[in-house]
Amino acid sequence: MELPFLIKDCTLIAIATGEEAHNLREFSDRLKTIHPGCIYYHFWGGMLRPSFDEPEYPNDFAAWAWRGLRDKRLAERLAIIDPSHYRVIEDLRQELIEVIEERLAESEWVPWARSGQRFKFIRSQIVVLDTGKRVSQPQEMAAQIAGLSSGSVFYHFIDARRRTESGRSDFAEWLQAEEAEEYSELVRQLNAIDPYFTTLSELRRELALVFQPYLVEGETS
Amino acid sequence: MTSILDGYAAIVGEAVIDHLRQLAAPLKGMRVVHVNSTREGGGVAEILSWLVPFKQELGLEVSWEVITGEAGFYQCTKSFHNGLQGSPVAIPPVLLRAYEQTNADNAERLRTVLEEADFVFIHDPQPAPLLRLCPNRKGKWIWRCHIDLSRPYRVVWKYLREFVAGYDASIWSLADFVQPLPHPLYLIAPSIDPLSQKNRELYPGEVEAIFDRYGLDPGLPLITQVSRFDRFKDPLGVIEAYRLVRTFTPVQLVLAGGGATDDPEGEEVLREVRAAAGDDPDIHILLLPPDAHREINALQRASTICLQKSIKEGFGLTVTEALWKGKAVIGGDTGGIRLQVINHHTGFLVSTPEGAALRIRYLLKNRRHLEAMGRKARALVLDNFLVTRHLREYLTLMFATMHAGTDRIEL
Repeated sequence: MELPFLIKDCTLIAIATGEEAHNLREFSDRLKTIHPGCIYYHFWGGMLRPSFDEPEYPNDFAAWAWRGLRDKRLAERLAIIDPSHYRVIEDLRQELIEVIEERLAESEWVPWARSGQRFKFIRSQIVVLDTGKRVSQPQEMAAQIAGLSSGSVFYHFIDARRRTESGRSDFAEWLQAEEAEEYSELVRQLNAIDPYFTTLSELRRELALVFQPYLVEGETS
Repeated sequence: MTSILDGYAAIVGEAVIDHLRQLAAPLKGMRVVHVNSTREGGGVAEILSWLVPFKQELGLEVSWEVITGEAGFYQCTKSFHNGLQGSPVAIPPVLLRAYEQTNADNAERLRTVLEEADFVFIHDPQPAPLLRLCPNRKGKWIWRCHIDLSRPYRVVWKYLREFVAGYDASIWSLADFVQPLPHPLYLIAPSIDPLSQKNRELYPGEVEAIFDRYGLDPGLPLITQVSRFDRFKDPLGVIEAYRLVRTFTPVQLVLAGGGATDDPEGEEVLREVRAAAGDDPDIHILLLPPDAHREINALQRASTICLQKSIKEGFGLTVTEALWKGKAVIGGDTGGIRLQVINHHTGFLVSTPEGAALRIRYLLKNRRHLEAMGRKARALVLDNFLVTRHLREYLTLMFATMHAGTDRIEL
């Protein structure tokens, strides 16, 4: 490959905004004005936060609709929103507001959060560091991928979607830059991995599986 | 690789340590000062006792300063602590004057080192006024709040807010604890040190020896709560839960606590606890010295179930310690316990002595479930609540405060 792939790592630091919502009307109003980083954090930040099993709801908004408001219908509608389908964070914000306004319109009263269950809006800063590792061929990437940190997987597979022009992963961008026909299937498979409804360790496993055939080729060639 | 880092690498893996080295490299040589009000006892001192040498190993010039005062100062800061956690306390002006004067006296001693530092971390309200007393400071000043401020007694918070509003940033253990301030409010959960005397693996026989040392019956299930004798930890509720369990099944209880030098109320609570225990031979109240780390370690490892039935809790490091030793924890549904006790996975969240009793009985009856919970408990701490994660976030925060207003910082 002409350009090596620079393996980076990242870490997020969460920042409380001090904005909060006690009920669904407040929640909708806050959503209209909060820092766009909050939308990003509440959809994707959970991947780098303490968790145990896969969460019942994949984003914080849906989780609050259920745990805070006990509104299962709203929780389900918010849970199905897939942020990877939105190239612009403002479009994602608009979709959230639409879903909530629709729920408010069909409710006879404004749902209130249980005591101690206010929604707290959080955003984050991301610090990106160069690991110093360089990969020049997909075969090498196949050998490296299982050892990538969660931060590296997040940076190259999740965060890349808001950095790259194509809105895809750094892996796909790197391979496509070569315009080599032999990697088109690899790119297709990488793009087919659903980055949502999963965990970073599961994503790393899926990536390793996709690169696996190239590892074998590299070893046998 | 140096010995401290070797030790952590053996637990969390080389990759995690490499990551920390990379993060710390641009900060090498920076002068960092941590300030709190006690060198021993309590969660803050424990955090600093590993954080400081760890940062030093990574090449930062770190020091730990402790402010000291007379009885009036500690009475005042204990009242702050109670007030910030919601108790409507009245603090006499004479105590407030002692608080401000103590800080002024300590500022005289510490001013040079604080004003020269690149980063100053001030822990909790005790040393908060130091910022104003160091007008020629050149570094970033960060106030680290370890207390649950979700519903403070407003009079106390209004007074303290004046001292902390001027900091460059503050750090909170949970979003629920945050009070609005005119600077970035970072969220960093605390952690435990797996190499400390309190958490490291013990020699064969050390755990068993604890039964003899404290007159415990090795044949009876052991329920333990390790915490200060503090009303917010609800030791009386723990005794009530024990008595409810005892009606159905034989069990013994240990309430083990040490006194922190900045907690004058502990004696009074201890008297109440002793009175409630009466002459029950299976209730063991252990007042341990601040350095009884290995004893606490052994007690937690010897326990069948650990409790932390707090009514209010900051983060609850004793919960983390118990989970790390593979113990299911029955904890109060409050504060940072919620972040660690994942209901039905690493233990149970409860709101009453009756709830605690019910869950104790359930786990004593279902030993396989108890063991499975213990395994999950340790895994949760390994991934999320060890010092390595905590340090990573501190280093990240240092970059973040140096680039305030930027969402993305490329090193």
